[in-house]
Amino acid sequence: MGVVAAAKGSEPHSSPRSLRGFGWGDRIYRLVLQLCTLTTIAIIIGIGVELYVASRNSQHAFGLGFLSSSDWSENRQHFGALPFIIGTLYTSVLALIIALPVSLGGAIFLAEVAPKWIRNPISFLVELLASVPSVVYGLWGIFVLAPWLAAHVETPLSSGPFGKFPLFDAPPNGNDVLTASVILAIMILPFITAVSRDILLAVPRPVREGSYALGATKWETIRGIVLPYGRSGIIGAIVLGLGRALGETMAVTMVIGNSPKIHLPLFSPGYTMSSVIANEFNEATDPLHVSALIEIALCLFGISLLVNSGAQLMIYYGSRGSRGGDM
Amino acid sequence: MASVQTLSRRTKARKLKSRAMIFLSGLMACVAVVPLILVIGYIVWEGLPALHWSTLVDLPKATGGGLRVAILGTLELLGIASCFGLPLGVLGGIYMVEFGGKFTATVRFLTDVLNSVPSIIIGLFVYVVVVMPIAQLNPGHGFSAMAGGFALGIIMIPTVMRTTEEILRLVPSGLRDAALALGAPRWKAMFGVILPAARGGVITGIMLALARIAGETAPLLFTAGGNRVLNFRLDRPIGALPLDIFNDANDPSQYLHHLAQAGALILVVLIMSMSFTARRFTRSKYVSEGK
Repeated sequence: MGVVAAAKGSEPHSSPRSLRGFGWGDRIYRLVLQLCTLTTIAIIIGIGVELYVASRNSQHAFGLGFLSSSDWSENRQHFGALPFIIGTLYTSVLALIIALPVSLGGAIFLAEVAPKWIRNPISFLVELLASVPSVVYGLWGIFVLAPWLAAHVETPLSSGPFGKFPLFDAPPNGNDVLTASVILAIMILPFITAVSRDILLAVPRPVREGSYALGATKWETIRGIVLPYGRSGIIGAIVLGLGRALGETMAVTMVIGNSPKIHLPLFSPGYTMSSVIANEFNEATDPLHVSALIEIALCLFGISLLVNSGAQLMIYYGSRGSRGGDM
Repeated sequence: MASVQTLSRRTKARKLKSRAMIFLSGLMACVAVVPLILVIGYIVWEGLPALHWSTLVDLPKATGGGLRVAILGTLELLGIASCFGLPLGVLGGIYMVEFGGKFTATVRFLTDVLNSVPSIIIGLFVYVVVVMPIAQLNPGHGFSAMAGGFALGIIMIPTVMRTTEEILRLVPSGLRDAALALGAPRWKAMFGVILPAARGGVITGIMLALARIAGETAPLLFTAGGNRVLNFRLDRPIGALPLDIFNDANDPSQYLHHLAQAGALILVVLIMSMSFTARRFTRSKYVSEGK
């Protein structure tokens, strides 16, 4: 319920804001609370400002070309972020494509079909899935998922009749874009499922009953009435999932194979913005290299900010729409 | 007559399609649970045999050893993060309820932003603000338990702040009115009456936030730094379970792989027990009334 409830906002509290007639205790009380809130705000704004300032070296050296150059080399003192931006978008979108049918189907089942005694345990399990830390998924990815995918999915595909198809035209090795995307899909699945389930549950009953009364079957009601009703909220949930995938670091770093080149095939190694930071930042001694990595972080910050505020807006309007229908 | 027959046949087809799609959605719900079973199964299957008393309490050695430093490090980092993140989160939540006004929308937007920032970026921020200046002042230093805890503390704030605010708003206003009517100043009404009434919900938020940061690895890479030597100094690098899992998994040594699996099991048990505790506290009366 968290995100929906959060997005709804809350009614202004009834308490008077003026402190006239109150003692010193309350003045200090307000001051302390204000200080705490301002500290938090300062930290949030500080993140953007500090990243901007710390990456100025690289901004001066490469300008906007930083975003469009695919040359990443410390020896040549040239840093371009394109392979990482492409890698991040590639893996995240692929993860979304994999996770979408499963999480939407699951959400429909949990909200529309399942009786309470099935809904609660499955919802609980899906939420447990969300609480497993990224590094544990990475561990499983290295030792289980990557070898399994390489042997049972990638080898048949790349040596089979479709082997020359551009997406499959690479030697399978397990540590690649496909494995990273599958791991990401598993990690964003619980978020999309939980949020869209809440959105579907918020669709008022009379809307469904009207559809049944006109003779629609259960699926026709879901497909034609319930899903369109919650559309903007569900799109918001999906974009929220995308935002998670964009910033995910550890699991991806452990399985993506770390190659700062742009490859199309699913079975070739790649790199993402967050994983290049995780891998290279502690080893980087050259100031320009450090500054370039921080600029990548700044880009990632900007992208995730855009994606997430978009998602929040959609969920906000989505849940407001369904509340309006409730009245 | 024929048209009635086609009609009923079409109805049958529609019902069949409905059944099929419903079945498919059920199948998808089952598929969603499969990865959990696979991951948890793997961690238990591989981690449990590697888990001995010595794995828990041994100090790390050149070849192998135990996880004592990592476990204590994680607990220490959680403690430091709480010292920093809890007051900011809880008091910030109280501020939103007590004095927020129009300002609340802005603060809520900013905390949402903070919640969505990839954790590695927060690690980088703390590196730039804390680690780098220290390293410039006295070379050789920089990574510290303090910096790691600071990074985790920042990640805690949005969760704690949001849940505290939501729970406080669920407390009936009669409680506050009664306290104020008896002449209590507002701070006393809050800390003596309202906050204790909402205690369960606040603890839930705290436990959820702790569960979230306990498994964080990315923000520790450039702040806590990792350490295989036991120490409790706040200004020295410190080890943590997720960091050890990450490093051990990437090491060729078979022994370290087992250690990583055992560490993952401990970490997952730690996090899940915190989530369960959070759930227990959620059953306090104001939360259930609100739902």
